[in-house]
Amino acid sequence: MADRAFKITPVIGAGAGAVLLLLALILGPLGALLWRAEGPAALGVGDWAAVRFTVLQATLSASLSVALAVPVARALARRQFVGRTALITLLGAPFILPVMVAVMGLLAVFGRGGIISAMLEWVGLPAVHIYGLHGVVLAHVFFNLPLATRLILQGWLMIPSERFRLAASLGIAGRDVGRILERPMLRDVLPGAFMVVFLICLTSFAVALALGGGPKATTVELAIYQAFRFDFDLGRAALLAMVQFGMGAVAAMVMLWIAVPTLMGAGLDRAVERQDAPAAWWDGILLAAMTLFLVTPLLMIIVDGMPNLFSLPASVYLAAGRSLGVALMSTGIAVVLALNIALMVVRLKRGAVLVESIGYLVLSASPLVIGAGLFIVLFPWVDPVALALPITALVNALMSLPFALRTLVPALRDIEASYGRLADSLQMTGWVRMRLVLWPRLRRPLGFSAGLAAALSMGDLGVIALFSDPDSATLPLQMYRLMSAYRMDQAAGAAVLLLGLSLALFWIFDRGGRTDADA
Amino acid sequence: MLTLEEVKYGQGDFSLQADFAVPVGARVAVIGPSGGGKTTLLNLVAGFHVPTQGRIFWDGVDLADTPPGARPVSILFQDNNLFPHLTVAQNVGLGLRPDLRLTAAQKDQVEAVLARVDLLGYGGRKPAALSGGQMSRVALARMLLRAKPLLLLDEPFAALGPALRDEMLDLVSELVVETGATLMMVSHNPEDAKRIAESVVLVSEGVAHAPVETGEIFANPPEALRAYLG
Repeated sequence: MADRAFKITPVIGAGAGAVLLLLALILGPLGALLWRAEGPAALGVGDWAAVRFTVLQATLSASLSVALAVPVARALARRQFVGRTALITLLGAPFILPVMVAVMGLLAVFGRGGIISAMLEWVGLPAVHIYGLHGVVLAHVFFNLPLATRLILQGWLMIPSERFRLAASLGIAGRDVGRILERPMLRDVLPGAFMVVFLICLTSFAVALALGGGPKATTVELAIYQAFRFDFDLGRAALLAMVQFGMGAVAAMVMLWIAVPTLMGAGLDRAVERQDAPAAWWDGILLAAMTLFLVTPLLMIIVDGMPNLFSLPASVYLAAGRSLGVALMSTGIAVVLALNIALMVVRLKRGAVLVESIGYLVLSASPLVIGAGLFIVLFPWVDPVALALPITALVNALMSLPFALRTLVPALRDIEASYGRLADSLQMTGWVRMRLVLWPRLRRPLGFSAGLAAALSMGDLGVIALFSDPDSATLPLQMYRLMSAYRMDQAAGAAVLLLGLSLALFWIFDRGGRTDADA
Repeated sequence: MLTLEEVKYGQGDFSLQADFAVPVGARVAVIGPSGGGKTTLLNLVAGFHVPTQGRIFWDGVDLADTPPGARPVSILFQDNNLFPHLTVAQNVGLGLRPDLRLTAAQKDQVEAVLARVDLLGYGGRKPAALSGGQMSRVALARMLLRAKPLLLLDEPFAALGPALRDEMLDLVSELVVETGATLMMVSHNPEDAKRIAESVVLVSEGVAHAPVETGEIFANPPEALRAYLG
């Protein structure tokens, strides 16, 4: 690394500007809500119930996800089989899966009219109900079990295979291998994995909106939405927002304190060669169950929705168009912000901490609070309905920023380490360096980041719900409306459309970054 | 003339001192045990490291405030001397304009230097389609175009086989003679030094010693060099 002292360059300036904008967008709206709150606000009994429910469901979801992920990750770590790579890729898929699509799929399997209920009724048992705490937890486990599995699998693969060989040569087998090699690793990895899932579930809105609700199953995010949209009680919304932010901040602080495994690990396609692996059938059953759990809901949606895909109401196609526009706008904002911050971060000594902090700040911030706050700040000047889509795009961009940074910062570091001096020695600085060195070499990670941002925004149901004007609905919102109106066939059709568009956006951007890119 | 005036550089346990001058047109080999500071010496001259003490001059001008790209220096690293995403012609063209907005005349110049290193017609290829020796020649072609008076080679040919390495060294010495440039070349191999360098800078135990005539230093090696040569 060059030890030439860095001056305040335009790069640092732009990066600092992006960080300040980010802070303003996260903290400003909170202030706006407080400022506009009329009279002393207080949290009611229902609000405290929401706080308790939020913590309860997040704790349950994280515990279950992590507990189930351990044996699944172990099975993946010690078995080599055809389709292993595909299964690991599948584990990454829920990340870009629109929440509403997953909810519909889970309803089709676990809902009242789902296949589980049908089977139960067939043997004379009552149908299951999915709404409420267990539904919310089920959906969260559906999304986060794969994530936790990937995180823990990384831990397993970080144990050098030589150690397993050494253990085998010393005659250590069975439980003792677990005690000597695996348990120390799990002790390092599990708290981090638990906290990641916990934090994600803490800000859950769409799942709670679809499967929770009512006094017994309302999250704080959902309560903010209700306070803002139904009661227009800004003071209560602001107080709830602070509670939400406080919970997130505490969780984030715990995470900065414990080591958290990286969210975007590569190199999971290698199995640990084990001499001590016990019976294969048990691992086989586990992996099969996991695959079934992930794939069945999606298959149900596709089967239900495909026939209706081309005969949906015009409003659905219009909403799809709007969603595409929002997703593209959001992707643009996310890429520009992330690139500016990443360019600055690689020039800072303690840049890694900044990236972590931004990540946790964003994860613990509430999209609904940002949306509501921006709305309040801006609506004296602009028509609120006209704001709905741009604000949604902006908030979605912020939400995908941590993931983009996680991808771009290491990539930029690599480029600077390999080609920074060559570029320096040829006087390639500023824009020329960007155009001729960084841009061509960043295309892959940029494409991936843009794909993630686009898919996340496409599938998001959050801020837009605050402004749900019929003329500004996005596709996930339109789909939710169809579900609420019990038009399940059409909702399934919309789900297939949404799923297809999300995956297509991801694929196009990711592909675009790969074509013609030289290693 | 390159002058290192009481230069000191330290980072953690590592330190390097240098206090000598290299005359214009000299060909100097920098040898010594690995980890001794050969690369650091070149990086100080190229501007990638900033001396903790002392000054570095070229023709009496202090280089302290000159960034690497603006120094009168061309450097070839051990690896990554070419951008893999740019074509051969683009990689060479960077020697003329870092933004690659080349005029027709400049493009002709690029073709001409490619011809000089026997790579006529390779301009459209990407580095991945070249052999190791060809990649080295592309980097040398760019060096020719940059026409800087001081050439620094940090073992760019280390990965090549012996015959190819000799071929490259011969090409370097031809180019140096043609352009009248001053050469400083890091090497592990005393034979390389004997092949093209007229003097040797021994870098050992934190000191870069003043250059000594090649024949003399190998005929009568100081203790540190004797230990290194074995």
